[in-house]
Amino acid sequence: MVRFTLRRLGAGVVLLFAISTIAYLLLYLSGGDIARTILGQSASQETVDLKAEELGLNEPLIPRYLGWLKGAVTGDFGRSWFSSQPVTELISSRLAVTLSLVIGTIIITAIVAVAIGVWAARKRGAADRVIQVLSILGFAIPSFLIAIALVNVFALNLGWFKPTGYVQIGTSVTGWLGSVTLPIIALSIGAVAAVAQQVRGSVIDALRQDWVRTLRSRGVRENKVVYKHVLRNAGGPALAVLALQFVGLLGGAVIVEQIFAIPGLGPISILATSQGDLPVVMGLVVAIGLIVVLVNLVIDLLQGFLNPKVRLS
Amino acid sequence: MSNAAEVSLETAENAGRRSHLVRRMLKNPTGLFAIISIVVILLVAIFAPLLTSQDPDYADIRNILASPGGDHLLGTDSAGRDVWARLVFATRYSLMGAALATVLSAIIGVTSGLVAGYYGRWFESLAAWLTSLIMALPGIVVLLATRAVIGPTLWGAMTVFGILLAPAFYRLTHAAVVGVRGELYVDAARVAGVKDASIIGRHILAVVRAPVIIQAATVTIIAIAIQAGLGFIGMSDPNIPTWGGMLNDAFSRMYQQPVLLIWPSAMIALASVAFALFASSLRDELERSGGAKKLKGKAKAAAAAAVDTSGEPPVVHAELEESDAPVLLEVSDLVVGYDQPDGSLTQVVNGVSLAVRKGEVHGLIGESGSGKTQTAFSILGLLPEGGRVAAGSIVFEGDELSEKSPKAMRRIQGKKISYIPQEPMSNLDPSFTIGSQLVEPIRETLGLSAKDAKDRALDLLAKVGLPDPEKTFRSYPHEVSGGQAQRVLIAGAISCEPDLVIADEPTTALDVTVQAEILDLLRGLQKELDVAVLMVTHNFGVVADLCDRVSVMQNGRIVETGPARSIFAGPRHPYTKSLFDAILEDGAARGPLAHAADRNTNAGGAK
Repeated sequence: MVRFTLRRLGAGVVLLFAISTIAYLLLYLSGGDIARTILGQSASQETVDLKAEELGLNEPLIPRYLGWLKGAVTGDFGRSWFSSQPVTELISSRLAVTLSLVIGTIIITAIVAVAIGVWAARKRGAADRVIQVLSILGFAIPSFLIAIALVNVFALNLGWFKPTGYVQIGTSVTGWLGSVTLPIIALSIGAVAAVAQQVRGSVIDALRQDWVRTLRSRGVRENKVVYKHVLRNAGGPALAVLALQFVGLLGGAVIVEQIFAIPGLGPISILATSQGDLPVVMGLVVAIGLIVVLVNLVIDLLQGFLNPKVRLS
Repeated sequence: MSNAAEVSLETAENAGRRSHLVRRMLKNPTGLFAIISIVVILLVAIFAPLLTSQDPDYADIRNILASPGGDHLLGTDSAGRDVWARLVFATRYSLMGAALATVLSAIIGVTSGLVAGYYGRWFESLAAWLTSLIMALPGIVVLLATRAVIGPTLWGAMTVFGILLAPAFYRLTHAAVVGVRGELYVDAARVAGVKDASIIGRHILAVVRAPVIIQAATVTIIAIAIQAGLGFIGMSDPNIPTWGGMLNDAFSRMYQQPVLLIWPSAMIALASVAFALFASSLRDELERSGGAKKLKGKAKAAAAAAVDTSGEPPVVHAELEESDAPVLLEVSDLVVGYDQPDGSLTQVVNGVSLAVRKGEVHGLIGESGSGKTQTAFSILGLLPEGGRVAAGSIVFEGDELSEKSPKAMRRIQGKKISYIPQEPMSNLDPSFTIGSQLVEPIRETLGLSAKDAKDRALDLLAKVGLPDPEKTFRSYPHEVSGGQAQRVLIAGAISCEPDLVIADEPTTALDVTVQAEILDLLRGLQKELDVAVLMVTHNFGVVADLCDRVSVMQNGRIVETGPARSIFAGPRHPYTKSLFDAILEDGAARGPLAHAADRNTNAGGAK
């Protein structure tokens, strides 16, 4: 178990290294005259040159990259070229906001998708068809369109929620709930559709297994057969889909945060990439890459818990 | 030579199936809606210049946010541009962008999937590593970074996105190719000297074609969504109208002219839903394998009326001695059938009657497909999906079972009637330890405490002859052998002191040496517990070994029944005689019946 975890972590580190190297190279190539962009058109050439010197833009690629890497390993990602804020500080506070959205969405998704998927798999027939069509719609319609519709209906017309803005959970729990409810619903619908489909399919497959009949023949209650045995066996594929959703949700959150003016990673990603703010973009790449690696590790460990055969190999 | 003929035959068959598929999709309302919508959207994109006389980029700043009507069919946007003209051209550019991403990712993914799957080696490991690398990247961040690198061009963004989505096709193709790589017909083609390229083209592409089309529709939806999302946050190509760009403009004027949001939203939603429904109905058509549909009330009544129990009555042997043991189970005129989509009923058991007395071992013998297992499942109340008792009665200890709900049956299962399955390995839940699977029903049915239930389970494991009960208790099913697993299942069957055990070919799946041990165990336990057994088998050796009474089944009917000794001494029905003759000719008890089983596996739905 420990060896397995370490091996996966090792693979994750290699992956992170590869991603950050590629990203750094691409950003370096796209460089352009960053110092000029920062200082504006009115600045003199001397100040621009000084700025370039200060940021280390005149150094060749390899030493520059190694310098960045050395800092990154110790958790120091430098300062934003534009706001001069330390990147670690800039990202960590916003990361918490985005993660609370995404994790909230994942929890809601897991619960709702399992409920719907199991229900559809057991009922079949007309109820199943309705669920199928709804989940196709839920999967097809982009989350930001749903977000726009939610803002229009529940914030602007009904006035149940504020259309934009974010309340820190420390300031007011109900205020925080009010500010994340619509974004989480908007993000959940597509994820629920995808995961519920998978749950339905794997539950139907698992229900056809011979051991289900044998368990029933022993007098085990149907709910126990379904929710303990069948669901555990059907859980593996569903978890894999949930993990993929997590990566997708990080992207979806970027856009949805923009609609609800939530100060997460979304606005800062858009700003930093359009400015070409290399330290911030690199910080974002590493932070998101790290989250993805960790989520996949957790999912793998959960898979091992669900399926004893995986545990051995 | 014959190989080439076979190949062309197969492709012809595929072509026939494909045209059939499209026709079936058009008959299905969702498929029809999806195809019509896609065609309409494509026509709008192709004929965009003919659909409007306005220039989509001409900004009339004196006439901004005009309401629909007059020169401007859908009004104007915040820069005074004609919304209808922009919508029509946005459809063209958005679809072209999505098509670029889809085609590119399909080409990269399918090609690399074919190469990696067919040839394997270093290319496969490299592709696997790249795939996990790409899949770990959040697409939107990469696209934002791309924009920083190459500027705000739709084509650039969609090219990058096409590469990011290639793993979707790669995984699919790779898995399919690995699946068929080892198939006999591919080996045969290779041995026959068919070139790799033509094997890939003829055999392997045929397998992945439909899934690739479905995946392409899905990828198109994702490309449309991501493109619109980028446009919506103001990251679209400013030089061309796109749905996302229109959405961005409309969102900024949401308070002044909310109707502007509707047009691009509606187009994005329509296109996405059309492609999604297309993918889903294509998948449905591919998967359709004649699954029984739910019948309407009338059709069901008609089906129930159509039960057919005609046929000769069984040959009944006289009792050798009158038994005073009470009758435990009495099945009369049992008909089991499966509802078909057209409302008819496919009968697998056609009027079976049999009785099992307390403490008696009753053998139900017949070849595969004769309906013996279906009879057993209907007594247990565990017929597979779609199957039902269409007529007749199953009376157990004076209780009619065939009308009981699954919930009510659960009180009889395990405690009164229990079950030993045929295939030991597939009948244990692979995710739980053997111990927990034994303890669960004991606690539930007998209401024992956790500790008492564990002690009982360990006793049972010792009783069925497992050398190390503690170890087996802690093991997972994949950690024990088939013979041990069957002992565990026998322990499970007797764990709640049933009055009747239904054993469905309990030795068929085991090695010959293990078979004898399991039969010894069953005989010993039956004597010790004085439990009645309904032994379903195709093996006369088993019958001779264990059974007091035999019923011979053929084609869903009992053809001969009576005390085992009497039937062995003088079989009267021609079918029973042929079974005996076959044993004598072959010398091996299992041989001829196993052959008969092979012949009949395709004939009947039962097993």
